Amino acid sequence: MDHRRKAVALISGGLDSMLAARIVMDAGIHVEGINFFTGFCVEGHTHAIRKQDKDRAKRNNALWVAEQLGIKLHIIDVIDEYKQVVLNPEHGYGAHMNPCLDCKVFMVGRAQQWADDNGFDFIITGEVMGQRPKSQLKALMPLIARESGAQDRLLRPLSGKHLPETLPEREGWISREQLLGFHGRNRKPQIALAKSLGFEDWAQPSGGCCFLTDESYSAKLKDLFEARNDRDYELDDVMLLKMGRHLRPRPNFKVIISREDGENRYLSGYRRRYLKLEPSSHGGPVALIDGEVSEDDLQLAARLVARYSQGKHTNEVTIALQKLDGTYRDLTVVPLQASEVPDEWYV
Amino acid sequence: MSGMSETPYTVELDLRGLLCPLPVIRTQDVIIELKSGDTVRVLASDPGTAYDIPAWVRVHGHELIGWEDQGDELWFSIRVVDGD
Repeated sequence: MDHRRKAVALISGGLDSMLAARIVMDAGIHVEGINFFTGFCVEGHTHAIRKQDKDRAKRNNALWVAEQLGIKLHIIDVIDEYKQVVLNPEHGYGAHMNPCLDCKVFMVGRAQQWADDNGFDFIITGEVMGQRPKSQLKALMPLIARESGAQDRLLRPLSGKHLPETLPEREGWISREQLLGFHGRNRKPQIALAKSLGFEDWAQPSGGCCFLTDESYSAKLKDLFEARNDRDYELDDVMLLKMGRHLRPRPNFKVIISREDGENRYLSGYRRRYLKLEPSSHGGPVALIDGEVSEDDLQLAARLVARYSQGKHTNEVTIALQKLDGTYRDLTVVPLQASEVPDEWYV
Repeated sequence: MSGMSETPYTVELDLRGLLCPLPVIRTQDVIIELKSGDTVRVLASDPGTAYDIPAWVRVHGHELIGWEDQGDELWFSIRVVDGD
């Protein structure tokens, strides 16, 4: 029977959490990884959908890290639980819609819950003191330990030398000498450590896949809340905000217009939930209408889609409107000219 | 999901339409309830599963009995090891 102590490591897929887990493994502790799927860290989705991303690795970085470390990885669906973090962050947002501090509290707390349920002794994160403007400030790191409920069962091996003693140290499961004293934004120490441990590849940069830190994505999310007059979302909303061009010609509706074949296929999958437009007289993109529309709105949306079709310089383009019941109706319209599409329409 | 008695698999999962990592999560959540020797057949459509499902199977020590990329669809056959 294995009497080794057990730790669960938050594995993001980036370098820091990989190194943090490895340091604890090297102390003889059994480590397993945990990764939370919030819906907002979805690199793999766009890789799978968009042609321009086809050359990029389709691997799940957290799984890849787990393989490098030789540990199990548990991927947990927290889409619904995470809504509270995004919609009502107690500590507010960062530069955009990123609730980084609340996010960290949530994830450590959820890992603590998992550890309790599965008989694990403590939690590891790859946090580095002072590396991030909000969630990794020295003054705020104790807040994460406290508010998550993990308390002294939260070990940050990369900055452990700068932080108060934790349970694993006090119990002698790991010594302070085995912890590191990294701090600040300079990543050279992590890269040097990775090389010394024999790692030759890692995802760049750490934490870079959260779309809530993206200005354009955050603007689309705010627009969604305002247009619906409801601060709520479903996973499909989160996904669609990453797809295509989003234009809002009138407050009551927006048009999502595909940019390439992969997005055409993806958007077509939503034809039973949104009105779908697609040029039938010329080549052109699939588009969805999000919102309640009048006949006049439909004509405008069709003219907008025609603008992005191969018939944009002709006098007439026929757009097939697919209704939610699957039936079709043709809309023959004059494509909008570039000057008729103001910048303000782009969400 | 269906446990059709005429198939040789303990569980069959139809995860077409789901994008990664959801196919992995759904597969994981089913396998965690199974016992060693049980088998699962997964049908998926996200090309990302070609990496993710075999990788998940490897890191958990299960056995990938077979898999095939048929273009728009991929299938995977997994044998559960040690009832994880």
